[in-house]
Amino acid sequence: MIGLLLSGIAFAAQNALDPAGPLAGRINSLTRVMIYLLSAIFIIVMIVLAIAAFRRQRHTTPEPEPHNAVIPPQHDREQRLSRTVTAGVLLSVAILFVLLVSSFLIGHKVFTSPDRSNALIIEVNGRQWWWDVRYDHPVPSQIVTTANEIHIPVGRPVVLRLGSNDVIHSFWVPNLHGKMDMIPGRTQEFALQADRAGVFRGQCAEYCGHQHAHMALLVIAEPEDQFNAWYQAQLQPAPAPSTASQINGQKVFLSKPCVMCHRIQGTDAGGRLGPDLTHVASRQTIAAGTLNNSREHLSQWIQNSQDVKPGNRMPPIPVNGNDLNSLLDYVQSLK
Amino acid sequence: MKRYWFILIVTVIAISSGCKREQRAFHEQPPVVHTVDSNTVMQLPPGASLPVQNVKNDYEQNAYALSEGKRLFSAYNCNGCHSMGGGGMGPALMDEKWIYGGKPEEIFSTIVAGRPNGMPSFRGRVPDFQIWQLAAYVRSMSGQLRKDAAPTRDDHLQGRPPESMTKQKSD
Repeated sequence: MIGLLLSGIAFAAQNALDPAGPLAGRINSLTRVMIYLLSAIFIIVMIVLAIAAFRRQRHTTPEPEPHNAVIPPQHDREQRLSRTVTAGVLLSVAILFVLLVSSFLIGHKVFTSPDRSNALIIEVNGRQWWWDVRYDHPVPSQIVTTANEIHIPVGRPVVLRLGSNDVIHSFWVPNLHGKMDMIPGRTQEFALQADRAGVFRGQCAEYCGHQHAHMALLVIAEPEDQFNAWYQAQLQPAPAPSTASQINGQKVFLSKPCVMCHRIQGTDAGGRLGPDLTHVASRQTIAAGTLNNSREHLSQWIQNSQDVKPGNRMPPIPVNGNDLNSLLDYVQSLK
Repeated sequence: MKRYWFILIVTVIAISSGCKREQRAFHEQPPVVHTVDSNTVMQLPPGASLPVQNVKNDYEQNAYALSEGKRLFSAYNCNGCHSMGGGGMGPALMDEKWIYGGKPEEIFSTIVAGRPNGMPSFRGRVPDFQIWQLAAYVRSMSGQLRKDAAPTRDDHLQGRPPESMTKQKSD
């Protein structure tokens, strides 16, 4: 029943009990062993306690004993009691020892550094309140920069280099692994692997300020060939605006405060304070998993992001109707 | 008994008067509504001098706005030229000498319109309310603002006393 409850209730895309990789699988098996074993112990203890309580009630005699009464020694009763207590202590120690050793072994396996000969290396930097993602490559022209969405190939180990630019964040994609803190001034290596394709939601797991709750990311695990196609598409500079509206939209983008913080490769916009927007239209969400990536949401976000995610770093951008339409056309063309 | 109530009320009023310094708004309006004519580069007019504008920048008393100004100062790379106020490629901002004037509206127009020999114009690129936050913060560098509102520390290592400890130099 507990197992059913645990696996049934939670949201499928963000569920530590529905592991999608070997590391999350090990953590999950340890969790289940602990939950089942400890539930069984809890139930047994409760049953024994209930029996003891009811038996005691039946045998109690209300008559008071005199002050100087000599209680006769009950040797066999004492022996029985001490035997029971000894057995209980030994059993508890044994069970705790088994749990200790298994959790130690699994912890050791889960956090040892992986084989990097075939690993994909991704730098992830926590920002208030989004994720800066950079796929590392020895050839600089092959480096991909994106935000809030990490694509990984199925079956290949991934090494994340976690860091932070402001405060402590924590990277947590429950279907793939446990949590790992992202500490300013430190690079923390963290290995992941997905064994099946799927979209897995992650969430910042260390309180990092006003919009901590709206700091989510998606990890998209896909077959190697799909991943490679995605990677090649991300390597391209932003598509040049083709329609008159898109051309005007690009002009609006480049002459408004957008350029102070955002980058669109292939244009003059080179800001590094906000998410890279080179291929923003190819992403599923905006504002770090807060909104689906649709025209309405983009419009709402550009005009007054403080309504959607109060306290976020993006100032309201004053654009009038025509320019806003052009800007949306342009941003939506950035596939 | 009455006296205790009096003391209590006076204390509460005294404490709550300090609350405004942390007041923060998500829908920022620039504290100064009328636009400062930012095209004037030279302060010297022909004939009689222009009437003094004396703009009051409310952000100068708001600790949150000042800390935002401090964050933007490095985020928008002001420290690329002005260093952390000490100057480098651009002039120092933590002393009392101001080439183009050190009043709030003068700093505002310096940022909006730019100045000859290197200071770029940020017109249209930085929202007005953020420019006022920057202008307020810049004045805290030379110790011109209230000590309880000026930033008290850096997020990183700092090689100088914090803005709240900076003493205003007098000629």
